[in-house]
Amino acid sequence: MVDPESRSGSPVAFDPATAAGWVDAPPRMGFFTDTSVCIGCKACEVACKEWNGVPSSGLDLLGMSYDNTGALTANSWRHVAFVEQPRPSGDDDSPGGGSAVASSSGAPVEFLGMPGAAPPGRTGSAHGRSDFRWLMMSDVCKHCTRAGCLDVCPTGALFRTEFGTVVVQEDICNGCGYCVSACPYGVIDRRAGDGRAWKCTLCYDRIGVGMTPACAQACPTESIQYGPLDELRDRAAARVATLHERGVPEARLYGHDPSDGVGGDGAFFLLLDEPEVYGLPPDPQVPTRDLPRMWRRAGVAALAMAAGAVVAFLGGRR
Amino acid sequence: MNPRRLPVGERFRRFRDRLGAAGTTGAPSGAAPGAASAPGDGPPTAPGATGGSVGGAPTAPGADARTASGGRDGEGRGRRRRGRGGEELAVPPAEFRSYYGRPILKPPVWTWEIAAYLFTGGLAAGSSLLAAGAQLTGRPALRRAGRLTALAGVTASGVLLVMDLGRPERFHHMLRVAKPTSPMSVGTWILTAYGPAAGLAAVAEVAPLLPERGPLGLARRMLPPLGRAAGLAAAGIAPALGTYTAVLLSDTAVPSWHGAYPDLPLVFAGSALASGAGMGLIAVPPTQAGPARRLAVAGAGLELVGAHRVQTRLGLVAEPYRIGRAGRLLRAGRALTVVGVAGALLGARSRVVSAFSGAALLAASVATRFGIFHAGVASARDPRYTVLPQRERLQRRADEQDR
Repeated sequence: MVDPESRSGSPVAFDPATAAGWVDAPPRMGFFTDTSVCIGCKACEVACKEWNGVPSSGLDLLGMSYDNTGALTANSWRHVAFVEQPRPSGDDDSPGGGSAVASSSGAPVEFLGMPGAAPPGRTGSAHGRSDFRWLMMSDVCKHCTRAGCLDVCPTGALFRTEFGTVVVQEDICNGCGYCVSACPYGVIDRRAGDGRAWKCTLCYDRIGVGMTPACAQACPTESIQYGPLDELRDRAAARVATLHERGVPEARLYGHDPSDGVGGDGAFFLLLDEPEVYGLPPDPQVPTRDLPRMWRRAGVAALAMAAGAVVAFLGGRR
Repeated sequence: MNPRRLPVGERFRRFRDRLGAAGTTGAPSGAAPGAASAPGDGPPTAPGATGGSVGGAPTAPGADARTASGGRDGEGRGRRRRGRGGEELAVPPAEFRSYYGRPILKPPVWTWEIAAYLFTGGLAAGSSLLAAGAQLTGRPALRRAGRLTALAGVTASGVLLVMDLGRPERFHHMLRVAKPTSPMSVGTWILTAYGPAAGLAAVAEVAPLLPERGPLGLARRMLPPLGRAAGLAAAGIAPALGTYTAVLLSDTAVPSWHGAYPDLPLVFAGSALASGAGMGLIAVPPTQAGPARRLAVAGAGLELVGAHRVQTRLGLVAEPYRIGRAGRLLRAGRALTVVGVAGALLGARSRVVSAFSGAALLAASVATRFGIFHAGVASARDPRYTVLPQRERLQRRADEQDR
């Protein structure tokens, strides 16, 4: 078992493709999704569905801002999240904001209404304008360095590609569903009616011939950037520095750190708030990290079980 | 439409009703279009700019904020107060933020078949141990009951496992690989080794019914020694079969299953022994059921100790084991275990009481397995159990670095 953590200090970066047995693997490819320039157009969602032939998930109005996709599922391999946030700006505390409803945490909650034609908060008079921000983020499979789904797959349907990505082979998957529970991000999902697990392939068919994945190709603002992971990490660090310089101190990277619980993500993000606000786990860990300890505990319990049986038969005459 | 999608519409309606109740608008609370124009009608929001510094700190929780005291959690809290165990709420309700209260993790797609398999697999394992012990100490009735139960249990297990697959006709793809990182793959091979052994041991029990002459006569002579070897082999694998399922559940991102990994194997080992013993108590006259009674005591002890540790030592992620359907099932399992053991010990002379105790132990095992299964599903459905423990972990790490 290769433990990337033990190598995180070494100068040579851990390469999951090489660890998976690829010889002369090309550089690890990935996504850098810069949410600070996402405009919520959902072109990525559409392009992904078009290229990969992902079935529709039906019309389902969720009442969650402009998000009617809801989450990454077997039928949505890109998901654009919309978060509407009132921003506490120091000088603006007109007393008793009537439309503010104290949530149970005591913080005011602004109701922005159903999405309308005009930007929310601008529908009333100038006085009625509110100070809020809108976060948008295109979520996708993280293609973890240590992928829980890949580790637990009992059929070998999930595999590590030469680009360091994680892909399901649809002709092998028998729909056991183990990967669904093992993903710390809640990405991979079993498709109802089909029975197999599906998720983003990082357009394995496209990148194999030097093309850009469909979502990155379709993104009009370069919020989704595709390239060699090392290059993307440098670019992301520079972008965060720029944003901090320009007065956006809340800009932070998510999933870029090779020493985190999943060994770093192949698809990482620049976020403007805490990860959980976007529906991401704040500190994901690959479940198999504790597996050796789990087997040891199970071994102890198995011995206890055998001992119980021995005692039951030796412990008395009848 | 995805049938597993959470009823966010309901959440939204409740949110809107709360707004209506706060007197924001004159719009009738039932009218969605009225609510749509609400923000424009009322005075502007002044996000109170409480506590949090405006600079680096994250902004105040917005519409995406959920707290433990909000909405659906009220129900759970009420139930906790009413809980018979009288266990105190170990973790104070904590604030956290989420994306519209939606789960971060995907709840397991496994259905009741897997919970039922946890029981049948454990029953088979416990029965094989009982049968081997009976075989070695010369108790034919107990041996026969154990071997037949083991075959029934492992057969049911196979059927249940294949039924739960999304593509049942591809069950044999499990045999393509042997992967130590996948407890399901390990379990596949455990079952592949155990199944035939348990089967042969059970088939050997028909030997006395075969004619003494001809080819079947040969089988009559050959089967008992084969059955003895197979029975011992099955018993050798049984402890692995009875405990690997705990790793199967723990090696997931499901908070309450993963968090319970140190103690879950103990619960499953105990539950397997107790259910095997329960079957023995039902099948065998009380005079020959001494080992089954002692096995019941040993199994119940392991199970109760393990379950107690699971429910008390995990902090927040132990909560799903105490509340809701899982909490009820686990309490029922505990009560039935106690009844079963008491009946087995006190009613040692009565066939009826013994059989009744055996049935109670079997029911206890079923309840415990389903309880643990449902607790995990509940913990994956609520983002609370994902976000709060991870936040705590981050905080701990930050504190350590400061020091």
